[in-house]
Amino acid sequence: MVTDVLNALVLIANFVIVPGLAYGSQLALGALGVTLVYSVLRFSNFAHGEMMSFGAMGTVLMTWWLQSQNISLGGLPTALLALPFGILGAIALCLFVDRTVFSYYRRTRSAGVTYLIVSVGVMFAIGGLIRFIIGPKDRVFADGDRFILKARAFKKMTGLSEGLSIKTSQGVTVIAAIIIVALLFWFLNRTKTGKSMRAYSDNEDLALLSGINPERVVMIVWIITGALAAIAGSLYGLDKSYKPFTYLQILLPIFASAIVGGVGSPVGAIAGGFVIAFSELFVTFAYKKVLGYLLPDAIAPSGLMQILSTDYKIAVSFVILVIVLLIRPTGIFSGKTL
Amino acid sequence: MEKSKRKTVQYLIGENMTGGYGGANILHSCTIGVDKGEIAVVVGPNGAGKSTAMKAVFGMLHLAEGQVRIDGEDITHLKPQERVLKGMGFVPQNNNVFPSLTVEENLEMGAFIRTSDISDTMAQIFDLFPVLKEKRRQPAGELSGGQRQQVAVGRALMTQPKVLMLDEPTAGVSPIVMDELFDRIIEVARTGIAILMVEQNAKQALNIADKGFVLVQGRNRYTDTGQALLADQDVRKAFLGG
Repeated sequence: MVTDVLNALVLIANFVIVPGLAYGSQLALGALGVTLVYSVLRFSNFAHGEMMSFGAMGTVLMTWWLQSQNISLGGLPTALLALPFGILGAIALCLFVDRTVFSYYRRTRSAGVTYLIVSVGVMFAIGGLIRFIIGPKDRVFADGDRFILKARAFKKMTGLSEGLSIKTSQGVTVIAAIIIVALLFWFLNRTKTGKSMRAYSDNEDLALLSGINPERVVMIVWIITGALAAIAGSLYGLDKSYKPFTYLQILLPIFASAIVGGVGSPVGAIAGGFVIAFSELFVTFAYKKVLGYLLPDAIAPSGLMQILSTDYKIAVSFVILVIVLLIRPTGIFSGKTL
Repeated sequence: MEKSKRKTVQYLIGENMTGGYGGANILHSCTIGVDKGEIAVVVGPNGAGKSTAMKAVFGMLHLAEGQVRIDGEDITHLKPQERVLKGMGFVPQNNNVFPSLTVEENLEMGAFIRTSDISDTMAQIFDLFPVLKEKRRQPAGELSGGQRQQVAVGRALMTQPKVLMLDEPTAGVSPIVMDELFDRIIEVARTGIAILMVEQNAKQALNIADKGFVLVQGRNRYTDTGQALLADQDVRKAFLGG
């Protein structure tokens, strides 16, 4: 009986908890970028998905080059070594786009909706650029050991019939996300520049009166956004595989995360990321085996016991988004409303 | 009477200011000014252009005519941020704190342009407003109206200004808090800082004022010491409710 419950728990951990933590971290990092741009520059940046893709592309290209030079990190993916290159690429892209496109709309003090449409344009432009450079195909760039914990080793260790596996990319994702989030919060709450960014986001006019230079704040926001995008994009690519198209699809869960958590609230973006990730996985998980362990054989289900087919997982974030906007438009952590 | 007053050189003066927001002028050859260690109060009925005059002095309004000078230097064409560097501090009427930042961070941001050590100034401000020291780790948005005004004044004092401009510092606070705020403002003036403020509570404000300007429709109507204005029958009748 106890082993049955343990087996059921391991099953859920293996197919929901572990992937959920990794996916949630990726969404959280993405949503942090969206929320940061929203709270300081006051617009919804639809190009964020493609910015992630661009950064990931930089990482992929550098990884290939490193692999051709036989440089590697041993058990860890070479992509970690290439990541700084991807980050620099994404930062350069963000600053370039801001200088050439967004700065004009800032000068003319355009409405948020105008910005939003402009960012959609930027999204398509970057998407096109990416397909020019690396093409639309699926690219695998993960190397090193595939698993931190193999299912078979886990079974042997515990004697359970269900195995728990943790992929290297999942472990790397979660650890990287923790480090990045800690650094970001330290920056925002402890450094003078970070505080001036929060001040600017709080009260633009008073920030000007206090001598805070808006252009500098904007530049720093793009640098951080670029870095976050590249990291989130690369980790996402490492976990699945790098395919430019998927970064268009991930935009919705990212926005849902930012809004569910409360737009403009960094803590909310992180919470929202995990809420969306776990909802998607719990709703699309097939509970047949879990119930098989927990219920007596007589009433064990014969169907898959899946609430929603995985094909519809994108709908989950959409439904949560609608529910939150209807019931609590400011999100969990009372951010601003879009 | 007006002429003889104008001849005295004041530390900060906005002289013969004419201007408005785009279209029609709100200020018509309006003059307000203040000396070091002095409290000057601008009063007048609603829509008299009191706040506009303050904004004009701080460079948030384009002047068609007139001049703003600090310590004899013409600063008419400087931006507000540049005026901060010249020693001016401004406390707007609304949205004058950073709500999600803590009290301490608000003060730090006030001193953003300073490169020197700010801990002494912050200690002085905590001496002046002891309640802020208690609530230093609390977001300014969670404080009461009166406490928030203290944060706003403290923020402006962090640059160690020579002139402090206050736009209706007592708007929306209770009479008791108002008295306390006025006491604090007098203390600030005693340290040698010039204080120029707009007030709705004309009587109480003129009581503590060294100088008072009564504006009507963007023009100077009366200019005198606070006590003289309070004693003036016409002023009392027209603006102070008898």
